[in-house]
Amino acid sequence: MDILRRNNVTVSGREGSPVIMLAHGFGCDQNMWRLTVPALAEDHRVVRFDYVGSGRSDLSAWNEERYASLEGYARDVVEICDELDLRDVVFVGHSVSAMIGVLAAADAPSRFSSLVMVGPSPRYIDDEDYRGGFSADDIDELLDSLESNYLGWSAAMAPVIMGNPDRPGLGEELTASFCATDPDIARVFARTTFLTDSRDDLGKVAVPTLVLECSEDVIAPREVGAYVHAAIPGSRLVTLDATGHCPQLSAPEATATEILTFVRALR
Amino acid sequence: MSCTGHSAEPPGDKAATDAVFTSLLEDSAEDLYESAPCGYLSTLLDGTIAKINDTLLTWLGRSREDVVGRMRFADLLTVGGRLYHETHFAPLLRMQGQVSGIAFEVKAAGGSRLPVLVTSTVKTGGDGQPLLIRTTVFDASERRSYEKELLRRQKAAEEARAQAEADRERLQEALSVLQQSLLPAALPEVPGLEAASHYHTASLDRLGGDFYDLFRIDGKRWAFFLGDVCGKGPQAAAVTSLTRYTLRAAALHDPDPVAALTTLNAVLHERYTGGDPRYCTAIFGVLEPAGDAFTVHLASGGHPPALLVRADGRADYLSTPGGLLIGVLPTASFTAARTVLEPGDTLLLYTDGLTEARIGESRDLYGDRALLDFAAAHPDMGPHGLVSALRGLLDGFGEGLDDDTALLALGVPASTTPPGVTN
Repeated sequence: MDILRRNNVTVSGREGSPVIMLAHGFGCDQNMWRLTVPALAEDHRVVRFDYVGSGRSDLSAWNEERYASLEGYARDVVEICDELDLRDVVFVGHSVSAMIGVLAAADAPSRFSSLVMVGPSPRYIDDEDYRGGFSADDIDELLDSLESNYLGWSAAMAPVIMGNPDRPGLGEELTASFCATDPDIARVFARTTFLTDSRDDLGKVAVPTLVLECSEDVIAPREVGAYVHAAIPGSRLVTLDATGHCPQLSAPEATATEILTFVRALR
Repeated sequence: MSCTGHSAEPPGDKAATDAVFTSLLEDSAEDLYESAPCGYLSTLLDGTIAKINDTLLTWLGRSREDVVGRMRFADLLTVGGRLYHETHFAPLLRMQGQVSGIAFEVKAAGGSRLPVLVTSTVKTGGDGQPLLIRTTVFDASERRSYEKELLRRQKAAEEARAQAEADRERLQEALSVLQQSLLPAALPEVPGLEAASHYHTASLDRLGGDFYDLFRIDGKRWAFFLGDVCGKGPQAAAVTSLTRYTLRAAALHDPDPVAALTTLNAVLHERYTGGDPRYCTAIFGVLEPAGDAFTVHLASGGHPPALLVRADGRADYLSTPGGLLIGVLPTASFTAARTVLEPGDTLLLYTDGLTEARIGESRDLYGDRALLDFAAAHPDMGPHGLVSALRGLLDGFGEGLDDDTALLALGVPASTTPPGVTN
């Protein structure tokens, strides 16, 4: 199987320079990182990809069993690193990808040098003293929203799009619906994202880690950022002056700057 | 001459129209904004509500002071909607400058929820920098209940389909077990004789009515039969079962082929007298070793004649004319025939699925003549080779083969070939 095609891997930036891998979270695809790439690519090799089931990945490679657990997504990450033979990767994971990065780094420690966790949450649902910010009913409401909003995804178009990643002319259509996903696949990703309890995995982190949170983020509130920071000894916590869950879109320069500051301090 | 028939408007009507237009023109932009039949709001880029119209405030049950500068757009949504807003809506709006027709539910002050459709655009300044977000909110209660009904029906249809598929699988499994019970699991090993068989099932959903068997009668003699019950499905399967065990029992009692078919005729006729006549065609025969050959004594009741392929490649039907269908009349006469299978000879029994297959665009019957030619063109193959070649022929018929087909080939191996038996 062609992994690079399967995950729609795109590589940019200076050849031979240190690698930054940008991983999207639940919702959209690698286009989420577009505004940060120019700054990061100046002196880094930037690898972006779509998880199987998202963006322009090969939907035929998707199966519910694998992608109903975060380990399945972590395998995507490790397989891409193996395929490109990447070493000392700075893995930047947004949202659920922050925890996917933790799993990937534990699984293939030789590949990763450090982690940047953007808006991470190891558990979204409240549990006794732990405040994740959500109840199980809230997640059901999200699933309803997914069901009511197809965002231009259509069963008829999907195979054409997925089968022709290189076809010019399709590109614009795709940017216009970069959050569009097969609703059945999106439901599985949503459940995996919001119902997984990864708190115990935080102890596995053995590389320098930056926790990058937004000052006001309903999905990953500051309490949760503090929890992640405390659970990873030696980690660095930076709070961006940004609202929402996607600082790479709302504050791309600041996001890129913090990533680069962290990476340069490691050398 | 002009053919366009303009009639002058009466002066009174024109005045009334003008009055209506005048009142329309007095509908100020401000009033339209506040009282439009949809909600309007403008927010800062971080979602803080800067301006909101009366319509939306009424829907929300809130005062302007509660909302402006105090709430973000996402605060109006349910928690699940907020999750969707953060993971889909906000990124799309940021990347595309606009998002349209997204379904949300907004929460009113009293706790009630209103299904809405939301469209937002980003207003940019002269330098292209985004300044604010303009949003329209439409009441979608009716639309949402309609969509929910559609979704509910889609789910019901999907569940019904899954159930139907599971039922069909179970049925097919039951049918295939039942079908297997009507045929020997494997042909027995007959010393000095080679035997091969094949059963082609036309439809997994329906039990076929073809049958065959090969079994020992006594210390040296063996009986065989092959036939076709009229019809398909469970009723035909019941007749097939009765036929198979009647012929087996009859053969042990009196192995004379005409006697065995006569017994079967009596049994079927007695069982199926009345409104549901059932009958079959069959060839029944007895094999007896004679040196390195076998004598064959067989009889036919309305069945297509057996085909003899000699060691030298000659092929002929073993004629059994005049045999009646089995089970139709209280008494019936059957025609017997005898032959000897020398080393290298093969006797082929088949059902009419083979000869009545439709071939080519003309959909002609394959026919007896073609089968004879096919056998003659495949000499020296022995029972296994012949059955294997015929399977290839059947496969080649494709959709032209719409009936079940049974094949049973019996032969004495050419002297150099060791005997062998498979199913």
